[in-house]
Amino acid sequence: MRSALNLAQNDEEVDRVDDPAVLKQAMVRVAQAQDREAFQLLFSYFAPRVKAVLLKAGSQESQAEDLMQDVMMTVWRKAKLYAPERGSVNAWVFTVARNARIDLLRRASSRPYDDVYEIELESDVASGEDNMFETERAERVSEALAELPEDQRQIIELGFIEDMSQSEIAKKLDLPLGTVKSRMRLAYGKMKSKLEAVR
Amino acid sequence: MNIHHHLDEATLLRYASGDLDSAFTMVVAAHLAMCDSCRQAARDAEEIGGHMMDRVAQAPVSSNAFEKMMARIDAGQDEQIEVDVSRHKKADSDVPLPLRNLIGDHLDDVRWRLVAPGVRKHEIKMGKKGESSLYMLNISPGMAMPEHGHGGAEMTLILSGAYRDKLGVFGPGDVADLDEHIEHQPVVEPGEACICLVATETPTRFKDFIVRLMQPFVRI
Repeated sequence: MRSALNLAQNDEEVDRVDDPAVLKQAMVRVAQAQDREAFQLLFSYFAPRVKAVLLKAGSQESQAEDLMQDVMMTVWRKAKLYAPERGSVNAWVFTVARNARIDLLRRASSRPYDDVYEIELESDVASGEDNMFETERAERVSEALAELPEDQRQIIELGFIEDMSQSEIAKKLDLPLGTVKSRMRLAYGKMKSKLEAVR
Repeated sequence: MNIHHHLDEATLLRYASGDLDSAFTMVVAAHLAMCDSCRQAARDAEEIGGHMMDRVAQAPVSSNAFEKMMARIDAGQDEQIEVDVSRHKKADSDVPLPLRNLIGDHLDDVRWRLVAPGVRKHEIKMGKKGESSLYMLNISPGMAMPEHGHGGAEMTLILSGAYRDKLGVFGPGDVADLDEHIEHQPVVEPGEACICLVATETPTRFKDFIVRLMQPFVRI
C-alpha cells in the first residue's frame, strides 16, 4: 500500500497503479480514515478516465472538467457505500459517473439506481470468501471483453462509454435495431459463460 | 422469492450503461429489488462499464484539479455519507424500494381508476413529456388483460397475484420484458387480482393514431 501511494506521487508512474487490490485498499482508507493520500491515488487514477468518458459522451471541455470534479467529490463522499466484496472500484466509479450523467445531462433521476445499490449492500451474500469471488468475477469480465469480436466490442463501447442509446447505435452503424440487440446479447452471453466457469 | 421470468440481457446492459428512460429504469429497478440473480447480473454488467472506462484513452485534467478538490473538501463539502440500509428492511411494506418513492409503502393505498370492467389503472407521472409511460394495473381474477397494441417495447412486473399467457405463468417478481414484436393476451389466474407495474414506449404519432383506430372502446 505504502509503495503504491508513493507511486501515485510520481505522475509518470501512476499507470502502474492498476492493481484492483491497491485501488480497493485506497477506497477503504478513504472511507475509514478520510485518508487524503489514498484519495490522491484514486484521483490520479480515475479523474483522467472519468473526464475522458464524459468527453466521449458529448460534454464540452469545461463541463467535463466540472462534472469530473463532482464525480470525484461523490467518490469521496460516498466512499463508505463502496462495498469491496461487491465488485471492482472501477465498476463502482463507473456507476458514480453514470449516475451523475443521468442526473445532470438527462435531467432524469438516478434515485432508482441508488435504491437498488442500497438493497445490494444489505443483502446477505457479503463475506470474505465472496471478496475473492468478486475479484475473480471482475477478472473474468475483463477476459471476456478482451476476447470479444470487434463488432460486439464496438457496440459495448458506444453504449457504455459514448453514452449512446441502442437506437442511436443502430443509426450510427447503419444496422437494424434487432442486430444491435442481438450483438449485445452475444457479448453478454460470452461474459456469462466465462463467469459460469468460475461458479 | 421464486422468480421464473427475468430481464432480457440487452435490457440489463442498457440499465448498466444508463440508456433506459425513467419509466423503464423504474420497472427494471423494481425487478432488481425482488430478484437476486438479476441483481448479480446487473452488477456483472456494471463491471463491463468499469472495464471499458479503465481502458479508455485518458483525458488530461487541469493541473490544479486535485488541489481544487481538496479546497472543496476543506470548505466543508466533504461530509461523507453514512451507510443506511434500514429503509429497505421495513417489514410491513409490500412495495419494492425504488417504487415506494412514487406510490408509498402499501399496494392497498394505491388509488385506482376503473378503465374497463375488472380493470383498474393508476398512472404514475414521471420523466419528460414524450418519454415512455409508467402505470400500474389491477385486474380482477379470470379477466383477460385488454389487448393493448402500443407499437413499442413493453415491460410488465408482477407485484401481486398472477397471470398466464403463451409464455407461461407470471407471478410476483416475474417480469415480462417484451419487444414490440411479441403479441400476447394475458389472462389473470383465478383467486386473486393481479397487480402489476407497466412501462410502455410512447408510440410515434402515426402509430398512436392507428392504435386509436384499432381500439375505440378500451384504451389502456
